[in-house]
Amino acid sequence: MKKIVTEKVQKMKTSELIQKLNLRVFNSNQISDAEITGGYTSDLLSDVMGNAAPGQAWLTLQTHKNVAAIASLKDLSAIVLVNNNTPENDMLEAAENEGIAVLGSQLPAFELSAAIYNALQV
Amino acid sequence: MLIKLEYKISGGDFTRAGHASSEVKKNLKQLGVDPLIIRRVVVSMYEAEVNIVAHAYNGHIKVEIESHRIRIVLADKGPGIPDIEMAMREGYTTASQQVREMGFGAGMGLPNIKKNSDILNITSIVNEGTTVEIINNLQ
Ligand SMILES: Nc1ncnc2c1ncn2[C@@H]1O[C@H](COP(=O)(O)OP(=O)(O)OP(=O)(O)O)[C@@H](O)[C@H]1O
Ligand SMILES: [Mg+2]
Repeated sequence: MKKIVTEKVQKMKTSELIQKLNLRVFNSNQISDAEITGGYTSDLLSDVMGNAAPGQAWLTLQTHKNVAAIASLKDLSAIVLVNNNTPENDMLEAAENEGIAVLGSQLPAFELSAAIYNALQV
Repeated sequence: MLIKLEYKISGGDFTRAGHASSEVKKNLKQLGVDPLIIRRVVVSMYEAEVNIVAHAYNGHIKVEIESHRIRIVLADKGPGIPDIEMAMREGYTTASQQVREMGFGAGMGLPNIKKNSDILNITSIVNEGTTVEIINNLQ
């Protein structure tokens, strides 16, 4: 008989995730290699404000400065832009000031969420 | 202990949105307030701050931090809220298309404030403005 194991989402360093998923790094300065404890995928800012948990990476197509402000206020570990989106300059600047990684991928939200989810299961 | 902070908010200026909330977060962190409580304060204050930017013409924020509680009063000049009960419902929004494209306008801000405050008072006069008072216990 097969044993059912409830999988626990593991932690992973930002640098490991970048390497594993070949993510693009937009920051030019040194970023804090924060521990990623999960992810939250949403393009609605109040949804993230209300429901994301600290340490999570935020997957979104939003590229403006308020994304950095929310990521910082919510203690999120990284911003990951889906679908080849690139951050606006003031967003990147704000994220750098807060030491938050701004990453990117060519994958759309659904696939990138799945890829990050799987990468976090060890 | 009493810390008083004040901020001015300009309607429509999204580049500054969240600045006041970030300052308050720094203050609470420095005071060693429980991170769970800081999170509640930050969520409720940010949403009320952004509502002034998104929906009103201008406003000011007054923050009083005491050892046992924080009181935040956000008063704006603006269109006011004709039906506060309806505005509190999740999904209700009058945000412009432009604001919605930025990812605001889910109609979740006021419900977030409600969930993340110990005491919430909203008063509003149509064509004059809105005042939001948020109180959270810090202990
Ligand atoms: N300060 C304000 N002045 C005028 N109207 C307001 C104000 N705050 C809220 N409202 C009204 O209440 C509605 C609901 O507010 P709420 O914060 O819940 O959602 P939202 O701001 O539209 O979207 P979200 O907060 O999800 O980005 C607004 O769309 C607006 O009509
Ligand atoms: Mg709102």
